Amino acid sequence: MEEKKRKIGVYICHCGGNISDHVDVEAVRKQVEEQYGVTVARTSMFTCSDASQNDMIKDIKEQGLDGMVVASCSPKLHLTTFRNMSTRAGLNPFQYVQVNIREQCSWAHSDDHEGATCKAANLVGAGIEKVMRQEALQPIRVTSVKKVLVIGAGIAGLRAALELADLGVEVFVIEKEPEVGGMVAKLGEMFPAGKNGAELIAALLAEVKKRINITLFLNAELTEKSGHIGEFELTIRIRNESAVADRTEETIRIEVGAILVTSGFAEYEPPAGEFAYGQAGVLTLSRFEQLLQESGERLLHDGREVRNIAFIYCVGSRQSADMENGNRWCSRFCCSTATHLAVQTKKKFPKAQCYHFYRDMRTYGKFESLYEDAGKSGTIFLRFHEQHPPRLEPAGNSWQVTVRDLLTGGDEIVVPADLVVLVTGMTARRNDELTRVLKLPLGTDRFYNEIHPKLRPVETVIDGVYIAGSCQGPKNAGESVVSSLAAVAKAAALLVKGYVDLQPFVAHVRSELCVWCGKCVDACPYSAIEKIAYGDKEVAQVVDVLCKGCGACLPVCPLDATQLKGYTDEQIEAMIDVLAREAAHEG
Amino acid sequence: MSEFKPRILVFSTDNVSDPGIDLAGRNKMHYPARVLVVTVPCSSGIKPRWIFHALQNGFDGVFIAADGSDCSYVPDCTARTAATVAAAQGLLKEKSLEPARVKMAAVCSVCAESFQKHMISFSEALRKMASAAKGN
Repeated sequence: MEEKKRKIGVYICHCGGNISDHVDVEAVRKQVEEQYGVTVARTSMFTCSDASQNDMIKDIKEQGLDGMVVASCSPKLHLTTFRNMSTRAGLNPFQYVQVNIREQCSWAHSDDHEGATCKAANLVGAGIEKVMRQEALQPIRVTSVKKVLVIGAGIAGLRAALELADLGVEVFVIEKEPEVGGMVAKLGEMFPAGKNGAELIAALLAEVKKRINITLFLNAELTEKSGHIGEFELTIRIRNESAVADRTEETIRIEVGAILVTSGFAEYEPPAGEFAYGQAGVLTLSRFEQLLQESGERLLHDGREVRNIAFIYCVGSRQSADMENGNRWCSRFCCSTATHLAVQTKKKFPKAQCYHFYRDMRTYGKFESLYEDAGKSGTIFLRFHEQHPPRLEPAGNSWQVTVRDLLTGGDEIVVPADLVVLVTGMTARRNDELTRVLKLPLGTDRFYNEIHPKLRPVETVIDGVYIAGSCQGPKNAGESVVSSLAAVAKAAALLVKGYVDLQPFVAHVRSELCVWCGKCVDACPYSAIEKIAYGDKEVAQVVDVLCKGCGACLPVCPLDATQLKGYTDEQIEAMIDVLAREAAHEG
Repeated sequence: MSEFKPRILVFSTDNVSDPGIDLAGRNKMHYPARVLVVTVPCSSGIKPRWIFHALQNGFDGVFIAADGSDCSYVPDCTARTAATVAAAQGLLKEKSLEPARVKMAAVCSVCAESFQKHMISFSEALRKMASAAKGN
């Protein structure tokens, strides 16, 4: 295959500066342009843009390219994009190689411009060597199980289960708690339809019960996962908390083609003392919501009538960068919720007065009308600077809140409060076992990480495992459902066609070298190697559909007869040779 | 003379350690730029001859960012990878190269910080090895 000189195209991405701010992409282009086998070498502001992809297709067709390298982000993000581009251009998609010069170069070495540039040139050079020795391959097709496991029966999980079921997919829903509904089930009137959270969940649950292809397990958790996209084998542990005194557990095993995680968030719990939290008359947002729902004709707390309510915003959100492990994010829902609760309070108890101590009012989109309604209802807004939060002092049986109000030129204003409501935000729910079993990546904010927030917002690096809702980051109920339906579309698109195309990078035995010692058979975890006759000798042969492409048969072969497609000795060693090369100006 | 900067070849794995290494980059966690990664499907598929080839042809150290217990292919991945490391170290001894030039550690898909620490400490160990060889 090496006799004929290859015609390889190389595209190097600026990623709009994400790469080119730290890597001299033009220098890299110049260096690889000279490499043997390279026909075209270009840079592009965004290689993933339609315009750039069209340029690549044009190059492949016009110049008769038979190999393609794009040096850009992690293959987790755009490998498929460019394989599809290759297919559209008539190039075998497996003769495309993605080189990661963003996550593993420009970002990791943003402190070392020269080092990053040298490394990028090495990495691109290695990619070229790899594709140079890459034969055309066809994907291996396996059947997929038309079943999905949904983890978490909150609004996002329930909504996803219904939609999947109606697409003809069998759905298992597991919920850790003894009841469905998650956080939404605890909510009162929701904006804008005015529907009660518990009612909303009850309606969804009723729909779930109507569908025979949805099975719901309460008190249930995922404990083991094996297999791969299209065919996962899972173990679920179910706690039996029936009226019988002795608690028992049972485990069941199910097979699914995909997994959707909608495990939700946790409300921020202020440490004792943050804005006097822990003392009488100081509540979190959810506790106040509950109080409002439970209250009858009078708004009472600890048996005393509540007249003045102080809402303090951004508690547990937008924390300072100086704070260790601080919550840097805006929790999105809390400005809208607090203003909404103030409007409801005023409607129910016209004599009550609400004071809002806020940093920035983020009632975005349609929620802006809540802010307007709150203003019209006579509630009072006072704005504080992050550096000068409101001060709480006890005043008899209630509190006195002092603030330097930016809306009145920084005047110090003192407000009496019978109740102080801390407008608490969202934090990541601790799900250590789930994270461990699924190997889901966590961000520094401890929420689950999608592959890309805009381009692949519900997919994870684990093929066939999707995430949606507030387990990804702060979202309100509507936004959670939107993302869960996106995940439904992704999972259903995968499963409804009944098969998954797996990568053809499987093992292969060079029959001419093999003398049948059987070591590869012993090493293979999938019994994918069999003995066949080859001329007048016996040799090993790989059964493609059984081989998972792990390469466990490679190190055990004393004659280097077993090779993994895409990772042959020639490919790996040629890559190593280029990676070892010092750049001309390197020390 | 600038300070000696060891060149390290890392073998990572598609589904386990490579995402962990990506995460380090995503979080802008710096480590030496002379760390270069080749990704393979599973650390059980790494060959001693590749490791030996790297150390014979310009690399100062080889680090296997192993699947460990997170491996989705083989349950005894750690033992298999360890056998590969031992075999490679055997090849090195024949050429009087230090076995410590090959190192393995499990790096999971979220082990960004541990990867960064490994790269910094391995780089430092190789630098010390080089200066000891020079006799200073």
